Amino acid sequence: MISFLKLLFRNRLAAMGAVVLSAILILAVITPILPLADPDAISTADRFKRPFSEGHLLGTDHLGRDLLSRLLWGTRLSLAVGIFAALIAASIGSAIGIIAGYFGGRTDNVIMRAVDMLMAFPYILLALAIVAALGPGLVNALIAVAAVNIPFFARNIRGVTVGLAGREFVDAARLAGMGHGRIILTELLPNVASTIVIAMSTTVGWMILETAGLSFLGLGSQPPQADLGSMLGEARSALITAPHTSIVPGVMIFLIVMSINLLGDGVRDALDPRLRSGALTRPRAVTLVDRRGNVPRADQKGLLNIQELETQFHVGPRIYRAVNRVSLHVNPGEAIGLIGESGSGKSVTALSVMGLVASPPGVITGGAVRYAGEDLLAASYDSLRAKRGQNVAYIFQDPLSTLHPLYRVGDQLIEAIQAHNRVPETQARAEAIELLKSVRIPNPESRIHNYPHEMSGGMRQRVGIAMALANDPDVIIADEPTTALDVTVQAQILSLLDDLRRERGLAIIFITHDFGVVAQLCDRVAVMYGGRIVEEGPTETILEHPAHPYTKKLMACVPELGGGKRRLEAIPGLPPVVHELPPGCAFAPRCEKATEACRAGEIPLAGTETHTVRCIDPEEELA
Amino acid sequence: MTALKVTDLSKTFPVGGGLFRAPKTAVRAVRPMSFEVAEGETLGIVGESGCGKSTLARMLVGLLEPTTGRIEIEGKPLDNADPAAFGKLIQYVFQDPVSSLNPRKTIRQIMEAPLKRLYGMDREERAARIREIFASVNLREDFLDRYPHEFSGGQAQRIGVARALAAAPRIIILDEPVSALDVSVQAQVLNLLADLKSEFNLTYLFISHDLAVVEAVSDRILVLYFGTVVEIGPAREVFKTPRHPYTKLLADSAPVVGRPLKAPEQKDSELPDPLNPPPGCAFVTRCPRATDRCRTAEPKLRPLGEHQLAACHHPLEG
Ligand SMILES: Nc1ncnc2c1ncn2[C@@H]1O[C@H](COP(=O)(O)OP(=O)(O)OP(=O)(O)O)[C@@H](O)[C@H]1O
Ligand code: SF4
Ligand code: SF4
Ligand SMILES: [Mg+2]
Repeated sequence: MISFLKLLFRNRLAAMGAVVLSAILILAVITPILPLADPDAISTADRFKRPFSEGHLLGTDHLGRDLLSRLLWGTRLSLAVGIFAALIAASIGSAIGIIAGYFGGRTDNVIMRAVDMLMAFPYILLALAIVAALGPGLVNALIAVAAVNIPFFARNIRGVTVGLAGREFVDAARLAGMGHGRIILTELLPNVASTIVIAMSTTVGWMILETAGLSFLGLGSQPPQADLGSMLGEARSALITAPHTSIVPGVMIFLIVMSINLLGDGVRDALDPRLRSGALTRPRAVTLVDRRGNVPRADQKGLLNIQELETQFHVGPRIYRAVNRVSLHVNPGEAIGLIGESGSGKSVTALSVMGLVASPPGVITGGAVRYAGEDLLAASYDSLRAKRGQNVAYIFQDPLSTLHPLYRVGDQLIEAIQAHNRVPETQARAEAIELLKSVRIPNPESRIHNYPHEMSGGMRQRVGIAMALANDPDVIIADEPTTALDVTVQAQILSLLDDLRRERGLAIIFITHDFGVVAQLCDRVAVMYGGRIVEEGPTETILEHPAHPYTKKLMACVPELGGGKRRLEAIPGLPPVVHELPPGCAFAPRCEKATEACRAGEIPLAGTETHTVRCIDPEEELA
Repeated sequence: MTALKVTDLSKTFPVGGGLFRAPKTAVRAVRPMSFEVAEGETLGIVGESGCGKSTLARMLVGLLEPTTGRIEIEGKPLDNADPAAFGKLIQYVFQDPVSSLNPRKTIRQIMEAPLKRLYGMDREERAARIREIFASVNLREDFLDRYPHEFSGGQAQRIGVARALAAAPRIIILDEPVSALDVSVQAQVLNLLADLKSEFNLTYLFISHDLAVVEAVSDRILVLYFGTVVEIGPAREVFKTPRHPYTKLLADSAPVVGRPLKAPEQKDSELPDPLNPPPGCAFVTRCPRATDRCRTAEPKLRPLGEHQLAACHHPLEG
């Protein structure tokens, strides 16, 4: 709550709106105890007195009634009617929306069609029709204004509810024995409350205006009772001779509606979770590089050579060391596996290569990434963009993140081909079909016209691979490309990647958490934990003789097919959080062999030319 | 003793159609199936995405009304789709631990709901029961007054298990209970589930797409393909000596250390179209053993060997 208010008042306009609105609200509340003249007392002798005249601070109207008094009483009435109408519209509209969204199906269909029908009428016409049917009067105006605003709430709240009703906690509540009514009240309502508040704060201003409009037309408050609309309406005939009678209520309406809307927008922004995490700031096109210390010298290893890479996320006062001095290289035709648990820094390592880590909050603070000797971290944006796809391409876990949902896959492939090479349309199309064929998509000539959603998950991932291959890259970085797929599809994709590297000499960095996959595809494997590489070596050696206690434990707790029913090894505790890493070995809190020395200081990656481990008491001696 | 008996259970979803139009076609998500689960047993259910695993599970707990068939728990039929009636007998642990906890409720409120609604316990009784359950699932009691977003996936899943236990059910359906968890935490949760099973004398239905995990926790395994049971058998044997060609394809596709990489299936094999299913065996387009008979006659589940059953005209040798 406090943080919400802080966020709200950081917005100057909202703060101003809040101040003005509170002043008006206070005035409206204390109106009865103020020493005001009777708002309805007629004194024809004092007609149209100017403001600041004796006894009438704001002057008088055409019947000689005190304008200040009428203004305050009128404001009070208008606010009350507007707020009341908003409350009614919000309650009925939200109830309709929640019910439609929760029950779905036929109920939803019937309700929402009815709401659509209401919305099809022009807004003010509908209100006029309702008042015409019910007869003029303030209460009827209130009903009309509330009624025309119900569809707005119903639609908004239904949208949010549909998303929530599909969530598993609603099913869980039903299994806990809750009835529909209780689920709506205790499970759904608290979750849509903030949406209702936002919708209300952005509409109450308009509702006040609409009520004033009806009163202005003489359909709302009836004489002699004053509200802001009727004051304006009565002043209309004297607009030229006594403009102050119109200006006084006019300014008040303006102030009320403006302050409410400014505040409402502020509330909406402050409740928006995206704003809270600061994500509305525009990300940079490339990751910010701010290297302290020396850039490592080129050491001629591999086609793509990551050296001592350090990538951090600076979020408020916290620094997440997502990637901590990671070195890794890959040769043409080689597949190297990067294995580790969620949050160990695999993806950030991969994204840092081409400057794809979101900045802010990401910053590359050290190291180098060399492609054929050239330091990519020092490269200009243009040269980096030319290399994306052309030299180094990515395949992501979710192919939908690279495929645009609204374009046909063929057109997207053609665009990718033409982005780097100026070739004519027909040639690009032929190449696209060739690519789809090379990733074994049956019937590519017709598949090229599909939209991404018309393909199965495995098909889409193959299109994702085809996109990555479009410009004949030398290095492919695949970030868990098969994790979301079924085993039979996974097997096909893996063998496809394997063929590609053999046929085209592709270098592959394959990110996964599955040792089985690594064993089948990769020549070498690097194990990450807490942002660092803790072990690296040839796949066979590591699978047969893991040297790091973490590697060994991790392999033991992943069941393998063919073992029968059994109890699994578990690693106690949780993976570390990378903004408060312990000094020394990050695995120490979960390691059975941990000693004081493990926690004392930095442990280097040591071992042989090919097999290295970051542990002072490894499971295997590396000679 | 039989904990769960399912007879001819099926679910058909209408597709297309609108407010005043009749549905155009129907998808048979689960075709009529019958099976039994013995008390204290863990039945693993495997199959690829879209094969009907979750539809089956949701029918078993009453979240979805079956189109045909009946469900019996410990001999008593459950014929109204009322989750509250089901709740005391059969509970569900969800795949996504975080989304299965209401973000606006404290863990205590979440835990109390089944105790209050299903058993009408008063405040003291509830507190005592929650203490007991939390001790069993290794959760600290000071978690009770926190909100779901403050927990890691593994902790949240343990809370989900605790909530299921609170209803004191006879059977728990575990729908991909560990697939959202980190590998090093998966084993913790699986071992906890095994301990709870013997402590509370539970029966499990364990749904997963990870064959190795299913094999490690199950007594028997049921293989689903396209809404049909294609094979059932003891966990030891199903993947070692599969009788149905689809089970064999699954087993051959799982990445296993030390097995060379090969695609065990032709590259152009087509999945069946749910809106227009083939008349005979649904696996026919992908099956290397298919014959003309497979294209016309639907194979029935029949016993092969001692404990194994498979639905195939030309089963593999045991
Ligand atoms: N935008 C971000 N803001 C702040 N921290 C981030 C951001 N993106 C990633 N991190 C942090 O960086 C660390 C490494 O994350 P990364 O995504 O590389 O892990 P991963 O090994 O790929 O895990 P997974 O298996 O879940 O994909 C994590 O602690 C994560 O919380
Ligand atoms: S350095 Fe120490 S704590 Fe870390 S893995 Fe090795 S033995 Fe365990
Ligand atoms: S019935 Fe025929 S097509 Fe179906 S699995 Fe058996 S052999 Fe294959
Ligand atoms: Mg990742």
